[in-house]
Amino acid sequence: MTFSFRPAARRGFALTVFLSSILFACEPASAQLEDRRVRSLVQFDLFEYQAHEQANALRWDAFAWVGRDYDRLWLKSEGQQSVEGASAGITEVQALYARLVAPFWYLQTGWRFEALNGPGDDRSRSLGVLGVQGLAPYRFDTEAALFVSEDADVSARLTTTYDLLLTQQLVLQPRLDTNLAATSARRFGIGKGLNDLELGLRLRYEVRREFAPYVGVSWLRAFGDTADLAEEEGDEIERVSVVAGLRFWF
Amino acid sequence: MNGQELLLSRRRFLQSTGLLGLLTALESLLPRYARAGTLPPQVTNVLRIERTPVSVGEIAGSGITVNGSLPGPLLRFREGDTVMLDVTNALADEDTSIHWHGLIVPPEMDGVPGVSFPGIRPGDTFTYQFLLRQSGTYWYHSHSGLQEQSGLFGPLIVDPVDPDPFSYDREYVVMLSDWTFQDPYKVLTKLKKQAGYFNYRRRTVRDLFRDISTRGLGDTFTEREQWARMRMDPTDIADVTGELFTYLMNGLPVTGNWTGLFRLGERVRLRFINAAAATYFDVRIPGLPMTVVQADGQNVKPVTVDEFRLAIAETYDVIVRPSEERAYTVFAETMDRSGYARGTLAPRQGMSAEIPAHRPRPLRTMADMGMGGHEAMAEMTGATSQHGMQHAPPATPSYRAANGQPASSPSPEHAGHAAPPEPLQAIDGVAHGSDHHGPGSSSIAMVARSRVQDPGTGLGGDGWKVLTYADLRTLDYPRDDREPERDIELHLTGNMERYMWSFDGKTFAEAPEPIRLTAGERVRLILVNDTMMEHPIHLHGMWLEMENGVGPLRPLKHTVNVKPAERLGLRVTADIPGRWALHCHILYHMEVGMFRIVQVDEPTEPT
Repeated sequence: MTFSFRPAARRGFALTVFLSSILFACEPASAQLEDRRVRSLVQFDLFEYQAHEQANALRWDAFAWVGRDYDRLWLKSEGQQSVEGASAGITEVQALYARLVAPFWYLQTGWRFEALNGPGDDRSRSLGVLGVQGLAPYRFDTEAALFVSEDADVSARLTTTYDLLLTQQLVLQPRLDTNLAATSARRFGIGKGLNDLELGLRLRYEVRREFAPYVGVSWLRAFGDTADLAEEEGDEIERVSVVAGLRFWF
Repeated sequence: MNGQELLLSRRRFLQSTGLLGLLTALESLLPRYARAGTLPPQVTNVLRIERTPVSVGEIAGSGITVNGSLPGPLLRFREGDTVMLDVTNALADEDTSIHWHGLIVPPEMDGVPGVSFPGIRPGDTFTYQFLLRQSGTYWYHSHSGLQEQSGLFGPLIVDPVDPDPFSYDREYVVMLSDWTFQDPYKVLTKLKKQAGYFNYRRRTVRDLFRDISTRGLGDTFTEREQWARMRMDPTDIADVTGELFTYLMNGLPVTGNWTGLFRLGERVRLRFINAAAATYFDVRIPGLPMTVVQADGQNVKPVTVDEFRLAIAETYDVIVRPSEERAYTVFAETMDRSGYARGTLAPRQGMSAEIPAHRPRPLRTMADMGMGGHEAMAEMTGATSQHGMQHAPPATPSYRAANGQPASSPSPEHAGHAAPPEPLQAIDGVAHGSDHHGPGSSSIAMVARSRVQDPGTGLGGDGWKVLTYADLRTLDYPRDDREPERDIELHLTGNMERYMWSFDGKTFAEAPEPIRLTAGERVRLILVNDTMMEHPIHLHGMWLEMENGVGPLRPLKHTVNVKPAERLGLRVTADIPGRWALHCHILYHMEVGMFRIVQVDEPTEPT
């Protein structure tokens, strides 16, 4: 996979660094407590090998945040890359400012950059992001966002997971990913309406809280115009994968 | 048999059982009073704080100790003495401090860095000097960062000028603590990243099926639905558990078996101190009823119990009188039942008695949620019995729809001189106001009520007498019989998901302005616990007179355990001008901001 940051991307990154230096500048200590300490987390929710009939692939979904309780900078990356046959994949990064607006919810806004490689030309685009991330009632870990691309294409995404404890360390996690678009973006294989739906079921073993290998299955299906576009490109519109990977954080 | 031989024989025993590890390391740091024998009348006036290597098998770590011992040396003074203590900071690169927990001293001697003194820099010596106007069992600990978790604490006894109103033949300090080799800052970092990190007793699918088979589908569904909707975990009893902690009694782990000797027929005074950073202990001595004679160093009307809950930073003095020539286990089970500390009272060294089995893991109930109405009642009588516990008393027959009581308004029912027994202020519950405290608070007690008659989560269903706050009656009466001039309502708040803890939804950094009192003023501090955890709240510099339904005999406390969804009234006389700390004594809660300054101002001259 090859792609290079375009100027817009570089500007976005520089802005992120600049904002973080303003947000988390040192403040005078108060009675020497830890309540103003800047903390951070890096977490790979998915980091896996996907085996299926066509091309096997690597898939990841990760985030990092730095900040205090109320104000944080988030970086997210998600993507998929084929590891055999013709190179094909998608890589996405997001840089977001997040504000804790309710006990369980961060409001996030910022910038998303995505790059597609193969089949066909490599292409990339920037999008603006407005989303929420947090824990929904009934303990669904949820991420929902609206995107507006530089070509004014409007889309949305919802990701939610649930942890079902089989034992204290063995956790079964159903996962739902879905994309919707208000306008089509044919160059990126996106049709109007419901794009796709991915349902996963992963069984992880928390060797430690921070380190959990898993196995699972993932079912992905494209719908409507998106499915038609995929067929035109010779892509499959439905795919079942067996996955094995590692969930970890630090 | 002298002390050295005792030590060796115990070591040999442990070597043979392969349990030497933790014991060797910690026992080598044991202060003298923790070994067998009675308490020495020692007075140390020079305290040196330093990092001391502690290693256990493969694990090498360190503790922060006072004069090289863990816990620190016993400080013993006499009421009326003026004490001078030189505290030297021999740490390489961090400030330190010592706070005399429960002693009322001038603010600049209270030892809270950034509040009343600047702290002690590395290499510096600070001389504490204060007059002792009280007696009883207290303790001391660092008030800097997380040093208390690393071992910087010790017992402090002030002997009374007048004889105690009870008698005893022998006495021991029983100091309970929690120990970890992990850097406490790493522990806090883990909690901030994943608040349930140390909880390995969450409910699983198996628990679900068991509940369905015992309680039925409907009940199980209703109960699970509520917890899930609120995004709360009913197994969240302690933030840090036995997964990480080793629990110590006088610095010794379970295998070390701290032993206090007695002769048959003797009355033994046990001075229990909870010096843990994050652990509540439930204490009992199977076969020996305990007569509580002091709470937080203050004499109380003797009350005989089989078990008591010792909140963090509290002390209870009990008298026991062994009636058989045998060993008795002193059992201090953690509130979440994930571990215990243990010692033995015995006529001879080397004896031990049966260690009781752990009781079932307790669960939070609807009562802890602060729900009003019949739901809570159903839960209190239904769910609890199935887990082998019961909340006593079964509360009031109905929760009257309470009007939101505005903060800072005196309660008319308290006008005039209260005669015992007085009605509890909030027995029927007080509805929460409209301010839900923002994102720093993920729950509120819809109806908060007095729970002083409730022995607490996981207690009261064992068929024996458990101490409740309502059992405490001071012998030090009258003190200040004025009615409070005003109410100050403070809500204990938290967001467990993000490990945020605060008062009124704001951490200390977010609300640095002090709570202001005027010297001589008499106020009622009302603590309302909006969280689903117990919080041991400690006020420096002033006594908390706890409204526990016994009228003017209300007990004096330096630390009060506020239960989930509890509304607790505390009468306070602002005696000494200065800045005083008010905070949760769960070390990690205080450190993330559950902290306030109470400032007592000089009265302005009337013009």
